Amino acid sequence: MTSLQLLWFILIGVLFSGFFFLEGFDFGVGMLIKSFARNDAERDVVIRTIGPHWDGNEVWLITAGGAMFASFPMWYATLFSGFYLVLFLILAALIFRGVSFEFRANMETERWKTFWEWAGTIGSGCAAFLFGMLFTAMIKGMPIDKNGDMTAHFTDYVNLFSIVGGVAVTVLCLVHGLNFIRLKTAGELRDRARAWNKILYPVLFAGEVVFAILLFFSTDFFAKKPMSTTLIVLFLVVVTALAYWGVLGNHEWLSFVGSGLSLISVVVLIFNGLFPRVMVANNPAYSLLIKNSSNSPYTLHLMTILTFSILPIVLIYFIWSYWVFYKRLASPKQNA
Amino acid sequence: MINLGLDILGLARFQFGMTTVFHFFFVPFSIGLAFVVAVMETMYAVKGDKDYKKMAQFWGKMFLYSFAVGVVTGIIQEFQFGMNWSEYSRFMGDIFGAPLAIEALAAFFMESTFIGMWMFTWDRFNKWVHVLFIWLVMFGSSLSALWILAANSFMQNPLGYIINKQTGHVQMTDFGAIVGNPQLWNEFPHVIFGAFVTAAFVIAGCSAWRLLKKDHVTFYRKSMQVALVIGLIFSLGSIASGDTQMRYLLNNQPMKVGAMEGIYKNSTNKGEWTAVAGFDTKAHKTTWSVDIPYVLNLLSYHKLTGTVTGMNQANKELHAKYDKQFGDDINYYVPTKTLFWSFRIMSGASALFALLAIVGLIFNRKKSQAIVKQKWFLYIMGLCLWLPFIVNTCGWFITEFGRYPWVVYGLLTIADAVSPNVSVASLLTSNIVYFLMFAGMGVVMVVLCHRTLKAGPDVENTDGYSASDVDIDPYSKGAFNHD
Repeated sequence: MTSLQLLWFILIGVLFSGFFFLEGFDFGVGMLIKSFARNDAERDVVIRTIGPHWDGNEVWLITAGGAMFASFPMWYATLFSGFYLVLFLILAALIFRGVSFEFRANMETERWKTFWEWAGTIGSGCAAFLFGMLFTAMIKGMPIDKNGDMTAHFTDYVNLFSIVGGVAVTVLCLVHGLNFIRLKTAGELRDRARAWNKILYPVLFAGEVVFAILLFFSTDFFAKKPMSTTLIVLFLVVVTALAYWGVLGNHEWLSFVGSGLSLISVVVLIFNGLFPRVMVANNPAYSLLIKNSSNSPYTLHLMTILTFSILPIVLIYFIWSYWVFYKRLASPKQNA
Repeated sequence: MINLGLDILGLARFQFGMTTVFHFFFVPFSIGLAFVVAVMETMYAVKGDKDYKKMAQFWGKMFLYSFAVGVVTGIIQEFQFGMNWSEYSRFMGDIFGAPLAIEALAAFFMESTFIGMWMFTWDRFNKWVHVLFIWLVMFGSSLSALWILAANSFMQNPLGYIINKQTGHVQMTDFGAIVGNPQLWNEFPHVIFGAFVTAAFVIAGCSAWRLLKKDHVTFYRKSMQVALVIGLIFSLGSIASGDTQMRYLLNNQPMKVGAMEGIYKNSTNKGEWTAVAGFDTKAHKTTWSVDIPYVLNLLSYHKLTGTVTGMNQANKELHAKYDKQFGDDINYYVPTKTLFWSFRIMSGASALFALLAIVGLIFNRKKSQAIVKQKWFLYIMGLCLWLPFIVNTCGWFITEFGRYPWVVYGLLTIADAVSPNVSVASLLTSNIVYFLMFAGMGVVMVVLCHRTLKAGPDVENTDGYSASDVDIDPYSKGAFNHD
């Protein structure tokens, strides 16, 4: 394994971390449109919190996918063709939720407005759940052949472990979204988000514990890397606890950063456990490795130069765009 | 042509065609609208005329609808390479991934970030800063076109690579050659100009329908004026860039040119151009045709003499070149009828666009209400708003069907590129669901645009939602005092 290959393995992890941190809260906010927001005016405010941002957040996913293609095409080809149905459902979910915000705002009848609200809610929920399921199934080990082609059956990616993984990620996105709403709104919505998180965090803890137990039995992570895996799982629990403390003690930034770090630590857990592989095969001989799945040194070198010259500029205006919309949104008057 | 038989290859090809065509309804529309809206808002910033601001906001609504659909269908495009064409992804990863990743990094972030800024900050920034946002969106989306076309150009005309002897995959040796690919610099202006024409004629067409109803005459006349000026300049531009592209293809992909012009045999020195014709594609013969002498040479070489390679000879040359590596049972003839008629629709419509723009500009001269009285003209303009979408599709039909049987010209056939591990059932399901979703989104798009048009430019922008900012800074201590 060359240092460039290692760098790109890490970079893919960073891009997915960025994706889960950012899109995590807008998946969460998306899921809340129907249940948390109680009327049209509240829904306007809730959607508006992510209005200027969700599209840019989704670009992190597109960039992660593109970067995977540009650095580890064997990984990209095996993962994307192997998880065909899961990714297809993810795409359908992302499409529904993607157009729902714009379409909802322009619907005239109540019925169609409601339709697009549900599209946004279900689309966000499904996307979060399916991503959780995909990544959990991926680390469990899949039937991959000599050519790198994965032919998975339904039970390979839908099983207890992957469902728990999916649910855990969904709940994590949900609390992250609520923490974001606490930061971005004022009044009733802000208080309600805190109240909801008081209930949801114990559920999340339970989910994390079950997930950790299943991780022990379903993957080779603890066997191969006992120290680092244990440490990351502990870190995950600690940041979740800190975020919960932020809920109880009303420290909004602490909660938001805490839930964001929880999502990132899930990504770190996965990438740490994968290393030095990129895809885990049932037959260890067929696992895809960092060292034999990557592009040529020329392309990796080129991509490194380009990424490190473009990404800093992107980050500057990306962060600036959040700064522009830093003001809180007022909750609508209750009689409205 | 499109193989509708239920095999992986046919279904994967159908899916690629379907998603690309649908995606490319919205891409040029969005790029073009971003440009036209940017021009309108710039005119507002320069002249201070509120009408132009209203125009930017009004047509900007359609831009936002189109952008939303373009974004979500674009994700399918990116994922599709890995999902349906895993062998292609392995073969081409070293080349194809780079422009795709740069596209996301350099272009998509810029587009998506500044579109959010543009949407939600009317009147919050100095008008020049706000104009800058839409120009950055426009710049970002053009940049994305550039990078994806760089990837496509490699598939049409591979440059700057070697074949890795160990893996058999292509390997990049010269990034400069990939970005400097002449195919790219012929294709890119043509695509961008086509995008500007698309938006211009949709705006002109929509305005024409409203002018027929004598609704907001000043507003729609002004919109028409901006659209027609842009439409005229860039329809001429797209004809010129199409011409350079065509002449480039003469040497590069003679089979494609032969099919576009419908010539099986090499043309004679008289340069007969086939205006319309019937083909027997099995016997590789033209059954009947209406020919005009010299036009073919004028089009191809800008002079009266010369000959153009026909498909039969191109076929021989391709067999001579590739049989050793790929075997002699490959059919190199491209779908002739599709290319021939697509080319005629595309070039005919482009000429019509230029003509209509000139006539429209004459009718729409200042201080005359002439255009409102020219009902026949307004009807034609109104109908022509659908034409750019057909024309764009024809352009891609020529480019992509004309590449048959290659996915990467001379290096990899379409049949060898498909994912071997994806089942027919999965592909069939995704095809049906995508089709239904596209149909649904297409209907919603048309309904929304129609409704926006009917509501007129005086309706307040609903995209800002009813939410209002409050002056509580989440960074300050005051943030923790509840109201």
